[in-house]
Amino acid sequence: MFKKFSPSTDISGQTSVKSSVQRSLRTNILSQWKVDPETFDQIWPKKEPITLVKCREHISIYQLHGEPLFFQHYDGPLFPTLRLVHKYPFILPKVGVDRGAIRFLLAGAHMMCPGLTSKGGYLPPADSGLPAGAAVAIFAEGKEHAVGLGVLKLSTEDIKKVNKDIGVETVHYLGDDLWAIQKL
Amino acid sequence: MSEAESSTAAQAVAPVQVHYCEVCTFPLEYCEFGSSFKKCKESLQKEDPELYDKYYSDEALQAKLGTLSLEAQAKLEKEAAKKEAKAEAKADAALKKKLASQVTIKRIERNKRKHVTSVHGLEAFGVDLKKAAKQFAQKFATGASVTKNLQGQEEIIVQGDVSGEIVELIEEGVGVLKGIPIDNVVEVEDKPKKKGGD
Repeated sequence: MFKKFSPSTDISGQTSVKSSVQRSLRTNILSQWKVDPETFDQIWPKKEPITLVKCREHISIYQLHGEPLFFQHYDGPLFPTLRLVHKYPFILPKVGVDRGAIRFLLAGAHMMCPGLTSKGGYLPPADSGLPAGAAVAIFAEGKEHAVGLGVLKLSTEDIKKVNKDIGVETVHYLGDDLWAIQKL
Repeated sequence: MSEAESSTAAQAVAPVQVHYCEVCTFPLEYCEFGSSFKKCKESLQKEDPELYDKYYSDEALQAKLGTLSLEAQAKLEKEAAKKEAKAEAKADAALKKKLASQVTIKRIERNKRKHVTSVHGLEAFGVDLKKAAKQFAQKFATGASVTKNLQGQEEIIVQGDVSGEIVELIEEGVGVLKGIPIDNVVEVEDKPKKKGGD
């Protein structure tokens, strides 16, 4: 989504968010992410005004003091930015890819099932499986920090069964243009 | 993940401090996949030898091999080297282009005693044209705007004859005008052709 993204042409406007909308955003995030209110207050302190940056193709980025915090595509799930995931690695469920896949992930490719099911990969066990469409953080074999964020194309159980084609659609990865924007 | 869950009990969890590479901005462990691995490695060794040992000591390298077969590893390395060379060539070309590009300061006669000054080519040196225009406007107390010229390239038009002052500004590298070698700046004078009756 952010493979080609340049602030000067792709941003259509910045507005501050109404407090009622901010409130619903807060509850939304707390229900979607695995984060408790106390920790979240640290990420986004109460009463701090947040800015909505509207971009092409219905992408909205929310930023606090000029620093992108999370983004959303149309009505999809809210994603934290990768820097936020590095700081709080537990907010999104984890999947892992093997070492061979890192190179492709860093070039913006979607993650294929075999890379997730192979020995170096990681998928949550059957009793805590994730449905298709869930937001996940992609971790890599032998690395402690996340490399990317994605949306499950198949449920985790289906990934194990089918083991072919795209398993996770990459949304945001290390080194893409959103990563390059440290301050908007 | 169970660790994280148990620690998120009642209190706020302190953020994890991630060390980012100064060269490629990636977390240190991902430098090897970037396009400037060698440079990253060198700078880290200089900045923080302890961390360097953590990531690049022999044991760490051994552990990193993981499940990949030797063959695949060799292929990966080859690929990485290729990528690095490519990135280097690209950076070289960009630098060369930068060195070769010129900033043209043109004094255009509007009518006999009145002039406008156009500055062209600043963007090659990574200058934000809008900000530069603002700076000119503030400095000279005149209008300055970013416009497209006939060739469709963007340039800054400053009202009034300020060509000499602009050259000075660039020489001193004031504000956003930093890092432009003065040798690359050319001053030109442009007079519209005289019409028959004039």
